[in-house]
Amino acid sequence: MTEAVDVVATMTGFARALRSAGVAADGTRLETSIAALDLLDPTRGRELYWAARLSLCAAPDDLPIFDTVFDLWFRGQRPQLPAPSMPQRTPVLARPLAGADAVSDSDAEDVVVRAAASSVEVLRHHDIAELSDAERAEVHRLIELLRPRVARRPSLRMRPARRGKLDIRATVRQMLRDGGEPGALRHRRRTTRPRRLVLLLDVSGSMSSYADVLLRFAHAAVRVAPRSTEVFTMSTRLTRVSRQLRLRDPESALRATGTAIPDWSGGTRLGEALRAFLDLWGQRGTARGAVVVIASDGWERGDADLLADQMARLARLSAKIVWVNPHKGKAGFAPVTAGMLAAMPHIDTLIAGHSFDALRDVAEVIAHA
Amino acid sequence: MNLGFASPRDVAGALDAAGYLPDDGIASAAYLAMAMGRPLFVEGDPGVGKTALAHALADITGTPLVRLQCYEGIDASQALYDWDFPRQVLHLRAVGDRLDPSVAEASLYERRFLIARPVLRAIEESPCVLLVDEIDRADDEFEAFLLEVLADNAITIPELGTIRATSPPLVVLTSNRTREVHDALKRRCLYHWIEHPTFAREVEIVRRHLPDVAERLARDVAAVVGALREADLLKPPGIAESIDWTRALHLVGATSLTQQAADVTIGAVLKYHEDQLRAQRDVLPDLLERLA
Repeated sequence: MTEAVDVVATMTGFARALRSAGVAADGTRLETSIAALDLLDPTRGRELYWAARLSLCAAPDDLPIFDTVFDLWFRGQRPQLPAPSMPQRTPVLARPLAGADAVSDSDAEDVVVRAAASSVEVLRHHDIAELSDAERAEVHRLIELLRPRVARRPSLRMRPARRGKLDIRATVRQMLRDGGEPGALRHRRRTTRPRRLVLLLDVSGSMSSYADVLLRFAHAAVRVAPRSTEVFTMSTRLTRVSRQLRLRDPESALRATGTAIPDWSGGTRLGEALRAFLDLWGQRGTARGAVVVIASDGWERGDADLLADQMARLARLSAKIVWVNPHKGKAGFAPVTAGMLAAMPHIDTLIAGHSFDALRDVAEVIAHA
Repeated sequence: MNLGFASPRDVAGALDAAGYLPDDGIASAAYLAMAMGRPLFVEGDPGVGKTALAHALADITGTPLVRLQCYEGIDASQALYDWDFPRQVLHLRAVGDRLDPSVAEASLYERRFLIARPVLRAIEESPCVLLVDEIDRADDEFEAFLLEVLADNAITIPELGTIRATSPPLVVLTSNRTREVHDALKRRCLYHWIEHPTFAREVEIVRRHLPDVAERLARDVAAVVGALREADLLKPPGIAESIDWTRALHLVGATSLTQQAADVTIGAVLKYHEDQLRAQRDVLPDLLERLA
């Protein structure tokens, strides 16, 4: 009996440690693991390992975390969380991102902008990087009202219609109801469904003044179609934030997202991040027939050839690629950064995204993609 | 549905004898799924043997395999059951005038007018193995249908009543992760991620499938395929590709992997033009030299 109590206590503690390291080891799974251990011989290390892993993990991302926590928990010392194999996560709150490294050529205009702080009209056109905190809050509210819808595509599903293909099942069912008498013919037609929308947001240092607003835009898009919208952030690595952005309240969604992004304001490795996206998600289906929006200034620190290759891959998979470059809104813009030059041949639409109006254009382009 | 397997080791032995070489994880997963009566949710790169595992499980339990291939837009009438409307109409026409209307109507909804789709078939034929293949391709609404079936091992048909499995089927769900499957479904399952096999296991698997090929050839292929998986290709080859490639090489008369034989058969292992070019330029020459 004492042994049984020990198993429960040990596994409960272990599941709790896994949970705080980010694995979905909830109560149901804990019960499953205890039931599984009952069938195996937990004193043999391998069986303990498999019983726990099979019942407590839910995704391949969980496995390295699981292994680390398992080692620490069952080989002696209690784990220091987060587990060392995970990326160092610096909790970043949804903060106003205009820091010292914001666009420097904006200093001269700063005074002028502040003078017009209350006018929504002015706010709409102004470069987001140059706004004050109060003005930015106003823009955030405007973005919440934006409801970016995606173009639709034909679905396999059918629905009743006045004209269209003959619906034999419905016709016969009506006949049955009428005691076998032939009646009016029923028809049906294909429905449409929204295209998948994939947002790839560059959150590296050079984009830091726009990252916050772009994430809010992503949040608005996820709110419209949570099931068919996927959001990833790119900097030195790729992070999927779709789940965090499904929270209803924009502030808590952004806070959750900020915590999930390990490389906020880091360097830019667009090519590698894009390849990670295509390998792990895109090629398997996420990018197929999707409208892909990439928001980046194209400052590529890595290999531009790699970026060109990956853009070509993405172009073959997706329905449309929209590139949002905040600098396009500036006078004298030319796509001359190495990354931009490499990507240009594969982009369907290049638009700005530096102001609220520009973001509304993005929503417009997506809707007609 | 335990069928006399007392430990993962027993299951491993049986799978082995059935021609599926399991590692520790697969054997434990299969044993627990059977012993606990839980569905097994299997993920892994394409071609690592997810579907083959379900076939092997059907084999070792001596039960039929019922397969449900998921696709976008699949719904209950394609996965669970459907009424055979034309037969119902014919029946009604035949008996309509001779029977009392209410009796005639009641006679329409009998089991013989019900078409069993895979899930109902599995419930009725159980014990059996129900393979729900590529669940990630179905819409997420569809998972709700499955949830009911997996939780109760029963299907409720409004006109007919509840059909319950006498013994629950062994359910294997596979996913390629094109989208995330809902947690409510996953939570009811044991989760297993199948890795690519180790070199020794891969040689064994290939030789098991193709007993006629030279051992040298099987070893060469396993070594090269292992290296190709590391080589950062668009589509790294799975076990299915190793077997195909070995078979192709065997058919062109190779007993070991040579540059010439590799060139004419590369389409069996790499299915993207870019991958073939990269492999022929960067990976193969170096590797073949070392093997020779």
